[in-house]
Amino acid sequence: MSFVSSITAATLAKDIRLEWRSKDAINSMLFFALLVVVVFSFSFDPIAEESRQIAGGLIWVAFLFAAVVALNQTWARELRNQVLDAYRVSPAPANSLFLAKALGNFLFVAILEALMTPLFIVFYKLRALGPAWQLIPIAALGTWALVVNGTFFAAMSLRTRAREIMLPLLLFPISLPSILAMVRATTAILTGEESAKFWIVLLVAYDLVFTTGCLLLFETVLQAE
Amino acid sequence: MKRVFPILAILTAVLLSYAMYQGLVVAPTEKTMGDVQRIFYYHVPSAWTAFLLFAINFVASVIYLFRRNPKLDAVALVSAEVGVVFCTVVLVTGPLWARPVWGIWWTWDIRLTSTLVLWLIYVSYLMLRRFSTSGQTPVLAAALAIFGALDVPLVYFSIWYFRTQHPQPVIGGGGSIDPRMLHVLLINWLAFMCFAALVFWSRYRAEMLQREVEEMQSLEALLEPRGAL
Repeated sequence: MSFVSSITAATLAKDIRLEWRSKDAINSMLFFALLVVVVFSFSFDPIAEESRQIAGGLIWVAFLFAAVVALNQTWARELRNQVLDAYRVSPAPANSLFLAKALGNFLFVAILEALMTPLFIVFYKLRALGPAWQLIPIAALGTWALVVNGTFFAAMSLRTRAREIMLPLLLFPISLPSILAMVRATTAILTGEESAKFWIVLLVAYDLVFTTGCLLLFETVLQAE
Repeated sequence: MKRVFPILAILTAVLLSYAMYQGLVVAPTEKTMGDVQRIFYYHVPSAWTAFLLFAINFVASVIYLFRRNPKLDAVALVSAEVGVVFCTVVLVTGPLWARPVWGIWWTWDIRLTSTLVLWLIYVSYLMLRRFSTSGQTPVLAAALAIFGALDVPLVYFSIWYFRTQHPQPVIGGGGSIDPRMLHVLLINWLAFMCFAALVFWSRYRAEMLQREVEEMQSLEALLEPRGAL
């Protein structure tokens, strides 16, 4: 196990260092999410009560689109200089590589969310009527749900034409239940009308099912060449 | 085996015409909905056939990952293709039926929504197969098929809760069914299953032939002397 975690830690540290120096993923995600917020805010211009109803959907759609931008860069970076081929022949377990990539993406998307949320609050005049602290586990579980499958499908779409288009085409249909759960949970808390408990449980179940699925199948997909 | 195919084709044609006669003429007219209810005999059998084909796709994909038999991959591909066709029939006949009976084309009801999501998942499966460039398409596709199957219960529960929280005014029948109608329904289902099997079979043969041709072409390209290029 320590073998797995040391490789995971090394790969994760490498990705964070690369990102820290280039800031490619974060910058493009941030700017993209900002554009989505501005476009939505132009097209709806809601009053406070309406924005409580729709903000959950808008926030998650913005994060979803922005996350795709980062996810697309996950593996593309490893194609240069045949790094991915080196991973394939190395004795390192495939899952430690997958976990490092998924954790890295989780971190980047979480940073994006932390930076964009204040902007959403300002633009949409949001104030939660329900228990606001629950938004933190919802955000964490929802982000993991997007990122774990996204990392997996990004590895899959490496072997396709029109790679960048392929990722959302694979990711969105499978993610529909988790997107529904994130949006409904966020709306439930913002409006304070109902409990978000069912949706949080659903997100936990979704995360467990698909994390297991990814870990079981990733090696097969990585070696498929 | 080759002689079975035309026999199956004739059987399917006879069954389909008989089932159509049963559905349009013999079956009693429904009391409240009238003749429009007869779309039931096409809608429901298509749905059952589509779900069965998706189940075949899942089983074939799982076994493929263990055995790596190309025939299983062809079965998975063909069942997804034919399944999407039948699922499309369900999604088209559904609104056609809903409009005169419920007064609306579409509602985000649990069955409609989960069928739509299922359709989306399998269309993305076919897209992956089409866009994939590596020789390992079957492996990637099998992995995606497993993910799609894992998703089905989650889709079902999420929409079930979503909709029971906000009940819709429209309710589709329920209760018992006239035994004569059930009889016609089952005949239609049998006919549809035969039809699906027929399409499945011919598509499977075409797929295997196509693969053989591709293999021959790549072999020939290898054997070709350099000067001839």
